[in-house]
Amino acid sequence: MAEPRHRVLVRVTHWLTALSFLALLVTGVEILISHPRFYWGEAGNASGPYLFKLPIPASRGLETGYSFVLPDQNGWSRNLHFQAAWLVAFTALVYGISGLRRGHFRRNLLPARSDLSWRAMSASWKAHLRFEPSSGEGYNVLQRLAYAGVVFGLFPLMIWTGLAMAPGFTAAFPLTVTAFGGQQSARTIHFFATLALVLFVVVHVAMVWVTGFRAGLRGMTIGQSKESL
Amino acid sequence: MKRRTLVTTGVAGAAGLVAAEQLAEQYDLVPPDGSGIYGPGTTLTYAAHRLLTRNALAREFPRSEISRPPHQNGKPPKEEAYVKHVEAGFADWRVQVDGMVARPTTLSVADLRRYPSRSQITHLACEEGWSYIAEWTGAPLSEVLNLVGARTGAKFVVFHTIQNGWWGSIDIDEARHPQTLLAYGMNGGELPPGHGGPLRLRVPRQLGYRSLKYVNRITVTDRAPEGRSEYSWYAGI
Repeated sequence: MAEPRHRVLVRVTHWLTALSFLALLVTGVEILISHPRFYWGEAGNASGPYLFKLPIPASRGLETGYSFVLPDQNGWSRNLHFQAAWLVAFTALVYGISGLRRGHFRRNLLPARSDLSWRAMSASWKAHLRFEPSSGEGYNVLQRLAYAGVVFGLFPLMIWTGLAMAPGFTAAFPLTVTAFGGQQSARTIHFFATLALVLFVVVHVAMVWVTGFRAGLRGMTIGQSKESL
Repeated sequence: MKRRTLVTTGVAGAAGLVAAEQLAEQYDLVPPDGSGIYGPGTTLTYAAHRLLTRNALAREFPRSEISRPPHQNGKPPKEEAYVKHVEAGFADWRVQVDGMVARPTTLSVADLRRYPSRSQITHLACEEGWSYIAEWTGAPLSEVLNLVGARTGAKFVVFHTIQNGWWGSIDIDEARHPQTLLAYGMNGGELPPGHGGPLRLRVPRQLGYRSLKYVNRITVTDRAPEGRSEYSWYAGI
């Protein structure tokens, strides 16, 4: 039997992560619209200055310039947000341990040093912009950088900034929030990291579409090998 | 994956869950809202915090970090009973302390002021996302619990307020935590009506909705309080 395109553990953790991310995104938006303003530093509120605000109405009594208030769904949203956070944290733990043990990160995600030269990088950019199919085995350098950035950068940052907003957690580990300059800074970074993750998902799905949606989906679900496609 | 590995993992996982549940029950790591569809999430959060944070102190800030003006969330209650208290300068405000205590007591704000006081500059974060920093002065709740003789075996402290039917609760560890205050002062003055005057609970290790305003009755109990709110009972997030 040919080697499947993705190992079963990668497939299962991929979809658990996708499910958690969807739940976190929807509930995160719901939590955000109760106060669509952002601050920098430790504290920030409607009585003081703000960094920026989103041009949307709010689900609470915040002065937004709109004449109406959005429906408030914070109750179940907060509960589901943290439950999905636990699911994605456990999934990440299993994926992380397995990835280290099986060499998945080294083999598939981390770019080779030779691929990181300006020449190789610009060649890869040009190939992408011309929609040329990727040559050679495995992920190309831009794919690797995107995946590694999400796995080792954005996801840990989301969890960290999330924890940095928890007053119980920061009591025990104050450095987790002072490292960002305060609780409101952590909230603002949490928002921008979300935008980066949404951008990743959009590009990711677009790329799967361009390179063959059905084949890609088969590879990540029933695990069909590349040769048999 | 081999079938045997799958079966072994499944059995070990199930046994582990049962063992974890028993340990959690034994060490009071299951919150009152630990069942139901969001039970796994709230229980994991509460248990993890209880094991990790223990006696950790909430961060305190220099005076220069105090938010000016202190943000006021909502207006004071319009109930006649409360308005009368405001007019009387809260002279007749009483807090009844009852439940699993050796000496049920009724305290005035003046009584509480005679206790050793504690002032702390802490961060109050609302679940909505905004926050402010202020200095709160009050009697540590642990002092009050000692005075009334809270019995061993007590697991929760329930707080009732003058706002119709509004109440909430914390566990006994949070109640005995040195920074948990019955606050009567704010930023050097008396606690204003807009901030819960004459008396509010301050639990700086939990979100703002746990720092109940207008407290007039405190009940010590060993029964898990019914969930009143749709928000998670434990608010340390």
